[in-house]
Amino acid sequence: MLKYILHRIALLIPTLVGITICAFAFVRLLPGDPILAMAGEHGVAPARYEELKEQFGYNLPIWQQYARYVGEVVTGDFGVSISSKRPVMEEFKILFPATMELSFFAMIFAMVLGIPAGIFAAVKRGSWFDQSLMGTALVGYSMPIFWWGLLLIIFFSGYLGWTPVSGRIGLQFFFKPITGFMTIDTLLYGKWDAFRSALSHLVLPAIVLGTIPLAVIARQTRSAMLEVLGEDYVRTARAKGLSPSRVVGLHALRNALIPVVTTIGLQVGTLLAGAILTETIFAWPGIGKWMVDSIFKRDYVVVQSGLLLIALIVMAVNLIVDVLYAVINPRIRAA
Amino acid sequence: MKKKLAFAAALLAASVLGGMANAKTLVYCSEASPANFDPGTTTGGNDFDASSRTVYSRLVEFKHGGTEVEPGLADKWEISDDGLVYTFHLHPGVKFQTTDFFKPTRDLNADDVVFSFDRQFNKANPWNGDKYLPNLTWDYYTGMDMPKYVAKWEKVDDLTVKLTLTEPNAPMLANLGMDFASIVSKEYADQLEKSGKMADFSTKPIGTGPFQFVDYQLDSVIRYAANSDYFKGKEKIDDLVFAITPDATARIQKVLAGECDIAPYPNPADIGTIKASQDVTLMDQAGLNIGYMSYNTTIPPLDKPEVRHALNQAIDRESLIKSLFQDAGATPAVNLIPPTMWSWDKDVKSDSYDPEAAKKVLAAAGLTEIQLWASDRVRPYNPNFQRAAELIQADWAKVGVKAEIVNYEWTKYRSEGKKKDRPGAFQIGWTGDNGDPDNFFATLFACSAIGVSNYSSWCDKDFEDLIQKAKKTSDQAERTKLYEQAQVVFQKQAPAFLLAHSQVYAVVRKNVSGFMMDPLGIHRFDGVDKAE
Repeated sequence: MLKYILHRIALLIPTLVGITICAFAFVRLLPGDPILAMAGEHGVAPARYEELKEQFGYNLPIWQQYARYVGEVVTGDFGVSISSKRPVMEEFKILFPATMELSFFAMIFAMVLGIPAGIFAAVKRGSWFDQSLMGTALVGYSMPIFWWGLLLIIFFSGYLGWTPVSGRIGLQFFFKPITGFMTIDTLLYGKWDAFRSALSHLVLPAIVLGTIPLAVIARQTRSAMLEVLGEDYVRTARAKGLSPSRVVGLHALRNALIPVVTTIGLQVGTLLAGAILTETIFAWPGIGKWMVDSIFKRDYVVVQSGLLLIALIVMAVNLIVDVLYAVINPRIRAA
Repeated sequence: MKKKLAFAAALLAASVLGGMANAKTLVYCSEASPANFDPGTTTGGNDFDASSRTVYSRLVEFKHGGTEVEPGLADKWEISDDGLVYTFHLHPGVKFQTTDFFKPTRDLNADDVVFSFDRQFNKANPWNGDKYLPNLTWDYYTGMDMPKYVAKWEKVDDLTVKLTLTEPNAPMLANLGMDFASIVSKEYADQLEKSGKMADFSTKPIGTGPFQFVDYQLDSVIRYAANSDYFKGKEKIDDLVFAITPDATARIQKVLAGECDIAPYPNPADIGTIKASQDVTLMDQAGLNIGYMSYNTTIPPLDKPEVRHALNQAIDRESLIKSLFQDAGATPAVNLIPPTMWSWDKDVKSDSYDPEAAKKVLAAAGLTEIQLWASDRVRPYNPNFQRAAELIQADWAKVGVKAEIVNYEWTKYRSEGKKKDRPGAFQIGWTGDNGDPDNFFATLFACSAIGVSNYSSWCDKDFEDLIQKAKKTSDQAERTKLYEQAQVVFQKQAPAFLLAHSQVYAVVRKNVSGFMMDPLGIHRFDGVDKAE
């Protein structure tokens, strides 16, 4: 097992190098000179331009800039934001819990609806329910998040007034964060109304962010279930005279869930990508909104390091999923 | 044990702060997170709304809703006859804000004023460089040419400060009303330096302004409380909250739902919905900007004013503005400066749309081909250069001039465009900094700006004499006359096609009073009240 884990980690190294190159190149491939872009209409006097270039290290040969960058990253130095002048890591630590919290609730939403829907569609294969569910899933998968989010805001917050438009918690609640997770902090302070406010603020963004994973999970559960339902041991179970609900719920589901677990793990990438749009629409103070803001501010340091940090998280989650999968399914370890 | 204590303290803080709920709170849905709270180091309008206009004051201020300069921390000032020495007399007894992170022991004095500027240029000042914050550039201080004009700042006595210039420069007074010129506390800076927490200066601001900083949750909420020691009297609202909401549609929904009281920059597409609502008012004003198209006046036949006038006459400006700005609308530009700025000349008339007349002049001048420049950026004064270029191209085709559209990415666009020998017509624009006409006329069309920001390579002796004289004159009535004359010359010579001043909007709930649109593009909350 240890050998397997080490092998997986070793495989991550080239990916990691690739990501640092991508993050580094991305910033430099963007059209426009970063220093001129920062200056706006004013422009920069030539002498000042050279001075700034040196200050930001853009005057060095490109490979030296890369080497310097990798050197810093390896020592855990992700640089200092050009606009706020604060360490990137410090901002990341403040904002990441918000993204985690939102992603967690989005995932709960996706699983609670997606898994039962997938099972039901598989059991009733070919029925109108199956057809319409798979059709809806396809629509959900292709839904532009931006449009979907605004539509929900206008209908539920604007027209019906059921949910708050945006933000993480009602503005009347104000306390120093302990864990950074609003739902946990409000409980730690023992403030029930604040907790309710935090939950109500989570509803719409969690639905929007969870929509694509929901569609993927529903479809994946259905196909895994269909495959399992055709297996010999299910036929045996049926032949033994077990009730259909026991056959599906006990024998089929446990085996069908193995690929679903992997799917769920892999959705972390989707969630973080979706967070960029969802957080911007819902004014959710997480890393997705942070990245967008930084792109608009041309804060290249944040964009570069933010990309890397997000990639690291996705890689870490994938590694955990790989390992878990091996735990659940011993055949993988040998392969 | 330590954890338990911290938790108890947090609980206590929460219960104390919970008591604020009954106070009069104004919520502003701001469009972006502030970079930090030190206005000397930042450049964005949203940065200034959150710092300089709330927490700080300046020696002089802009009149609320206008661009005229009025007394601020300085009650009065004298300017020497040669225009070189400015003596400011500070308002006595101005207190810096008292917060849980700073308790001032003395009132504002000349040391604070000198320090506020010294830190922005003096390399020996510990607050100038990396010791304070990394990669500091002091963009506005250098951008407004302060290093060129300022010889020295001196303390005369506790309540008198003297500024000496290297050459007369009338717009200096307006510069001192700008955000970068906010007055900070030297006592606070000294304390932070001693305790080794210099970076706090940019995250926990202390000023003399109408509101004091309470808390900032990164990218989410900024809280302020009315400054009870404010030297112009305590504000009517008790608490001011910035709810950071970057999406324009969400921002408007929040105002409509009553989650915030004021929101800036609605989407043009939402303007209809806003106008239909019973609960909110849509406020608008021509922004302090200009979109225009510079002809290179040194290359024949564009060197002839009548040819430039003819090209202007061939453009159906009304349709062009409608198509570019749509529902958001824009004020057609008559002069280079917008009508909200002092010295705007109401008697100047723009070229009227007259393709027939234009055709004759252009045929006689033999102009059949021209380059027409466009870039990819969305600017406040021109939302779509490319679309504008296509429409102008079609208009010119009707008068027998074939325009070739030249495209570049934004930074290259400007560096190519400002070259002296760049041919044709170049679309560009400007957003003003300090509300002084010099900031438009001299920055964009002075002879010395050729190759920098004078995209017309236009150097007209009459115009140049007028604007240089106005720059050196301190009397505003006198300056107004000079700029009016300059506008007449500009219209006669037509070095550029003037497009429009775009509108700026804010959405305000009906129970809010005292909020004003500001031509400088800032959002101020002093003087604002809210009926419950």
